[in-house]
Amino acid sequence: MTYEVPDVPGEETEEVAFGFDSRGWPLWEVFVRPKRGLSHAHVGSLHAPDAETAVQNARDSYTRRAEGVSVWVVPSTEIFASDDSESLFEPFADKPYRHPTFYDIPPEVGQL
Amino acid sequence: MQTTAGEIRFQELIDADEKVEPRDWMPDGYRKTLIRQIAQHAHSEVIGMQPEANWITRAPTLQRKMTLIAKVQDEAGHGLYLYSAAETLGISRDEMQQLLHDGKQKYSSIFNYPTLSWADMGTIGWLVDGAAIVNQIALQRTSYGPYARAMVKICKEESFHARQGYSILLALSRGTEEQRAMLQDSIDRWWWPALMMFGPHDSDSANTPQSIEWKIKRVTNDELRQLYIDQTVPQAHYLGCTVPDPDLRFDVDTGHWSIGLIDWDEFWDTVKGNGRLNRERITHKVKAWDDGAWVREAATAYAHKQRTELEKTA
Amino acid sequence: MSPVTTTAPLATYLVRHADDNLIIGQRLAEYISEAPELEEDLAIGNLSLDHIGVAMHLYQYAASLGGAGITADTLAFLRTEREFSNVLLVEQPHVGFGDVIARQFFFAAYQTLLWEALVSSCDETLSGIAAKALKEATYHLRHASGWVVRLGDGTDESHTRMQAAVDGFWRFTGELFESDALVDEMVLAGIGVDPARLQTTWETRVSTVLSEATLTHPSDPYQATGGRTGMHTEHLGYLLAEMQWMQRTFPNMEW
Repeated sequence: MTYEVPDVPGEETEEVAFGFDSRGWPLWEVFVRPKRGLSHAHVGSLHAPDAETAVQNARDSYTRRAEGVSVWVVPSTEIFASDDSESLFEPFADKPYRHPTFYDIPPEVGQL
Repeated sequence: MQTTAGEIRFQELIDADEKVEPRDWMPDGYRKTLIRQIAQHAHSEVIGMQPEANWITRAPTLQRKMTLIAKVQDEAGHGLYLYSAAETLGISRDEMQQLLHDGKQKYSSIFNYPTLSWADMGTIGWLVDGAAIVNQIALQRTSYGPYARAMVKICKEESFHARQGYSILLALSRGTEEQRAMLQDSIDRWWWPALMMFGPHDSDSANTPQSIEWKIKRVTNDELRQLYIDQTVPQAHYLGCTVPDPDLRFDVDTGHWSIGLIDWDEFWDTVKGNGRLNRERITHKVKAWDDGAWVREAATAYAHKQRTELEKTA
Repeated sequence: MSPVTTTAPLATYLVRHADDNLIIGQRLAEYISEAPELEEDLAIGNLSLDHIGVAMHLYQYAASLGGAGITADTLAFLRTEREFSNVLLVEQPHVGFGDVIARQFFFAAYQTLLWEALVSSCDETLSGIAAKALKEATYHLRHASGWVVRLGDGTDESHTRMQAAVDGFWRFTGELFESDALVDEMVLAGIGVDPARLQTTWETRVSTVLSEATLTHPSDPYQATGGRTGMHTEHLGYLLAEMQWMQRTFPNMEW
């Protein structure tokens, strides 16, 4: 359920401190294979004390409607990400010759 | 003031209706607004388990009992998805929970009303989840990626909630005099609180313009409320019930139902913590959390031992 | 006999296992929204749903063998304490997570063996229910064992609490393996299983987990009994009063 929770006029809202505190169980990223033949795909995250429990929690939290046949869990801190702000991927956008539709082939040629 | 590359990029994304993702630069206000909104949605889901869990052990049939458990379980799942989305903004779930326990973040005031009959399980599914769904569908287009994805997932799962609620009410409407009275009483109690769920009028909602500009919010409170009223009133009539509003009328010119005045004093009172069950809800939550402390600590200690063991043998 | 229940031997046999599952499902349902973490709340919900689902299938099958007017719901909601035939273990209340886990651990260790044996029942319907229930119980045991180990071998506090929990429920475990005339009849017909023959394996599996958890094996010589003949502890009455409240207050209505 999603709700509108309004701020009370005149009431101070909290100051949110940025930065994780590490008291709780660590965060794990969850990847689910929807069915055989497909790759595991990222579906979300959860908290668990260890890998084994994380797998069980992933099963209970992310496959309640038979969404998967297999799960992976990875500690969130172990994910290394690209720096998206530096246009790392833009150079690939102007290379249409990598795609099959770039080439004009007469229909008589048949299946290529 | 100089506009930075980050700011330009952020504005470009918003203007192009593209999603903002966790590692993108974003204004502090955007981040804070999102954390607060997503956290409070998550709190609402989690606190929202209580009024329905109140009837799990008393559900009248095995099938109804299982459906209700599955639904309450979904609320826990949705809380989890939303906390996860908020965590991508740099706050931990523990911190958010602490803010809830300390009363610094809130949850939807609808859950401070008590569930007093079995009919309330139907009414909550139909009216309360129904209101949530209207809001959520709009939020699937919200500008922050993880939030939008959580919404898509939640919408997909929640489509059964309103239907199971209405089916409880249909059974009552086809039942005995006593059941129909139970049904009408329930609608009488939940109708106005459900309308209040959409929040204050646009004119009184301080955050709406900025949230709309950032595309966190896509449709205003009043627009969503009207959409909801138009779809809900005929459904009440189909059940052979009335809604408790003497001023309710259908405006032929606009094609909309218009309602009487909402009691905003009651609304703000409940939001501020003076609702029927504010204290009980938080007390229950804090108690469950405190009671579980030894379990969480034990699991952490065990994991630590296992790691140390592993390092020794390595 | 009241018209809400059934007396055929097979039906009685089905109902006793259904009662076990319904009552523990109800106990788990009580705990929803009280778990130590959100993830665990979801897990508890699944356990509860599995048990109530199994109970419903068994009741439905039992009802189909009985007279007109008997349904899964009349069996669940209109029988009295003396008519319920669940083992005492499942009706025992819990105070905290340690209790929930200990009760679940002992029961799941028993149910995995029970369903495994009942898969080869010559009654096809029962065998089908057992096959599905076995998969669920296997997961329940894994989940509960995992927690017994973590809590037993976690902190000093959790060790003490978990030891108290397994000690407390131990006296209700012997009853799981009792036989009676009905069991003999079901075994002879190739339908049922003699629980006595499951006990050794149960004992081994339970001991293995307890020692991994650094817990002392309970040694309470007293073992309670009576559930199968409706001689319950006083806890069941309150559980039923709550569970059956709607059907008792508003009789003969559709919900």
